[in-house]
Amino acid sequence: MSTVTEAPVLTRKDFASPVAIRWCPGCGDYSILTAVQGVLPTLGIPKEKFVIVSGIGCSSRFPYYMNTYGFHTIHGRAPGVATGVKLANPDLQVWVITGDGDALSIGGNHFIHALRRNVDLKIILFNNRIYGLTKGQYSPTSAVGTVSPSTPFGSIDQPLSPLSLALGAEATFVARTSDNDVKHMTEVFQAAAAHKGTALVEVLQNCVIFADDVHEPYYGRAVKQDHLVYLKHGEPMRYGKEQEKGLVLNGLNLEAKTNPADSEVLVHDSKESTGSLAFMLSRLSHPEYPVPVGIFRDVQRPVFNEGIREQVETAKQKSPGDLKKLFNSGSTWVVD
Amino acid sequence: MLSPNSRPSDSQAKALQDIDSVTIRFAGDSGDGMQLTGSQFTDASALFGNDLATQPDFPAEIRAPAGTVAGVSAFQLHFSSHDIKTPGDDLDVLVAMNAAALKANIADLEIGGILVVDLSGFTEKDLEKAEYRSNPLHDGSLAGFRVIETDITSLTIKAVEPTGLKGRSAELCKNFFTLGMMYWLYDRPTEHTVKWLDEKFGPKSKYKDKPEIAAANQAALMAGYYYAETVELFTSHYRVRKADLPKGKYRKISGNEAAVFGLIAAAQKAGREIFYGSYPITPASDILHGLARYKNFGVVTFQAEDEIAAVASAIGASYAGSLGMTATSGPGICLKSEAMNLAVMTELPLVVIDVQRGGPSTGLPTKTEQSDLLLNLFGRSGDSPLVVVAAKSPGDCFAMAYEACRLAMKYMTPVVLLTDGYIANGSEPWTIPDPDSLPKMEVELARAGETYFAYERNEKTRARKWALPGTPGLEHRIGGLEKAQKTGAISYDADNHFAMTQERHAKIAGIASDIPAQTVEGDASASVLVVSWGGTYGSVSTAVEDCNRAGVKIAHAHLNYLNPLPANLGDILKKYDKVVVSELNMGQLKFLLSGTYGISIEGINLVRGKPFRVSYLVAQFDRIVKKALS
Repeated sequence: MSTVTEAPVLTRKDFASPVAIRWCPGCGDYSILTAVQGVLPTLGIPKEKFVIVSGIGCSSRFPYYMNTYGFHTIHGRAPGVATGVKLANPDLQVWVITGDGDALSIGGNHFIHALRRNVDLKIILFNNRIYGLTKGQYSPTSAVGTVSPSTPFGSIDQPLSPLSLALGAEATFVARTSDNDVKHMTEVFQAAAAHKGTALVEVLQNCVIFADDVHEPYYGRAVKQDHLVYLKHGEPMRYGKEQEKGLVLNGLNLEAKTNPADSEVLVHDSKESTGSLAFMLSRLSHPEYPVPVGIFRDVQRPVFNEGIREQVETAKQKSPGDLKKLFNSGSTWVVD
Repeated sequence: MLSPNSRPSDSQAKALQDIDSVTIRFAGDSGDGMQLTGSQFTDASALFGNDLATQPDFPAEIRAPAGTVAGVSAFQLHFSSHDIKTPGDDLDVLVAMNAAALKANIADLEIGGILVVDLSGFTEKDLEKAEYRSNPLHDGSLAGFRVIETDITSLTIKAVEPTGLKGRSAELCKNFFTLGMMYWLYDRPTEHTVKWLDEKFGPKSKYKDKPEIAAANQAALMAGYYYAETVELFTSHYRVRKADLPKGKYRKISGNEAAVFGLIAAAQKAGREIFYGSYPITPASDILHGLARYKNFGVVTFQAEDEIAAVASAIGASYAGSLGMTATSGPGICLKSEAMNLAVMTELPLVVIDVQRGGPSTGLPTKTEQSDLLLNLFGRSGDSPLVVVAAKSPGDCFAMAYEACRLAMKYMTPVVLLTDGYIANGSEPWTIPDPDSLPKMEVELARAGETYFAYERNEKTRARKWALPGTPGLEHRIGGLEKAQKTGAISYDADNHFAMTQERHAKIAGIASDIPAQTVEGDASASVLVVSWGGTYGSVSTAVEDCNRAGVKIAHAHLNYLNPLPANLGDILKKYDKVVVSELNMGQLKFLLSGTYGISIEGINLVRGKPFRVSYLVAQFDRIVKKALS
């Protein structure tokens, strides 16, 4: 951004809208809003350059609570709308707010193609493993056996990992954080904002009404040291109260090992070019493994909107648009 | 037209005969290059100064099994020394490169018409593939036609031998041999095609390593020309003199090309960039291909992952200040419906072109129809008014694409432009406009520093202001939820919803005062009025003219605006004893006008994947007028 030095000093207050927030009391969305409102003023970008685009769902009310430009679109299509915003004006900083139903079910196609293209969007995916706004149906991330109004005998279908899907879609920045840790969210959002290209952040988010405590077994205050592994680039992947546990490689698989030797513990590399390590980490789930949080992957690849603008600018410079010339191109004839 | 009494006698062999107009169709296997042959003949005729109209007809499959009827591709051209508006009904000449092409097209050849066949396409195997039980060249079934049998393939192979091209590659030049024959028959200059081949395959092209391609095709072209001249194939050849077109500079244009020019011109005039989000679909893809070439006008084209993302991205771009647009065909409109509704609710400019094709569902992808009218008018949830306009001819796609953009930006609304496969792919001469004379564009942007309410309306246009992200102080949120009047805050209030629904309706209805009044053509004393819309203008107006010349009194109103309808249309309709709507669907405009004006209407409806034949309409009009008078 060329405007860093000119930007006025912004605070969290500048990003809070006067609209009354209508999320349920105790909803995980509040802390995510707090974290985003805390991060945006620190980025050195003028407030008018932020556009927050959302789909449909509880999380997608987010833009109304931000005093920025915002677009509450239709179910699943936020990445499509956001891509248009970014391509039309690349100077804008575009954030997409979505949920597990919005991004992974109805909007699955747009989600994977935004990641594949590497449009410069920051996608924050609130994963509460349930449909909240439609009153509690199971979602594509609900565990098998989830009892819900639409699955009274338990869900049968296999859930997907948003991060595995994103990596399979060639995502360049993939991270996970949790709604009960504003500090961690802040760090991850800041890294996402700094990334050039599509950044996907999955936020483990609690729906207090329909899936309360769904993430509690691994991210609860009392258990998280034993069940979350904090990924840090260049550091060994250790966890546990005494950091006594670690991820080691066993054949082609990761293994959660207690008291591994230092030499055994894998060192995290978010820049690993093939994405294989990030993918292996994205497969780890509770209770067999610790759940990784932090930045799984952060690599550089050409950014779609830059490529598009470059083609337009090159064409403009080579031969600026001239309607007379255009209309008269090709074979013409005159009738006198 | 070639009529039996204008045909030369044998004693006038090789004489050059003047005729008014000719309808010719080139038909062959979809790999035979018939579209190219037809478009070359069209270019030569256009440059010569004829008026013309074309109609390509190709299968939905790229290469259906060779030699079968399903794989036949055809190109029809009507060229004339006077003003014409249709690609012609019956054929004066049919070129059939194989038995299947003959089978698929012979029904359209006039009795006494010229039939040119390539004998190499009539082997036992070809006849079998075309499912002929006997050889039509020998069984007498073609007795009514002037059949010219030539072994075009063999002659072509011989003609290109000196260039070194052999085998299948040599055979592929047979379309240029055929073109040469037809150039001689209709006294067309060959220079344009020779030059075109040089440019297409010459030293500066991607075929520069294969100079024999241009040389071989040129050799085939000239060999065909001299062959026709030398051999006693045709008793005569014909001249269609220059048409008496209005003064001006012309080019040939197809509907899709014209739409591309119109969109670019509108964006330039408005000082906005074009954002074109699109997903490939027949017959609209050429608009994407066209716009993708003109990035130098600040055109951003985006091939989206699906129809929904295509329109969603266009809406996002419009929000950010570009002129967002998309084009598709019927199945794509079905998918875009929800997002178009978002544009209705958020009152953002959006241009959606529907190049209609045969439906429902996948239907007839490469054939024409007008059956998406009600889909576009009403195919969304809620009371969801938007502007619908239609183009009447290939060249008119320019004017109406421009108009669609003007209305979209001035009134902050989605606008649907309806074209169809026939006018999108068909072409005609187009008077090149002066960019300075195009209507001005009115765009009202909110400015930094002003107090901005997202849904505060301009008193005259009832449009809200466009506030572009990036402008300090205008930060605001929009979305699909109902808005409070003026402020645009979310509102579930009952009275407010009713008021906003009325505001949305009134804004679109009010556009009636900003569009041209409806005009009526044809017999001023007629008591029967035929109403048409969109791409049927050429055939309906020609049929009305023919009727009027024959003393059958009928008038004609052709609609370019479907929503809102022209303000004076109701008064016009009520003046006539009888109103007829002719359209290529089962009665959609008829339904709309009956409901809007409470009048009884007779429909003329065909859904055969083809434009109306003028002769069909003349017979229908004649019948209706006589019945009305009796």
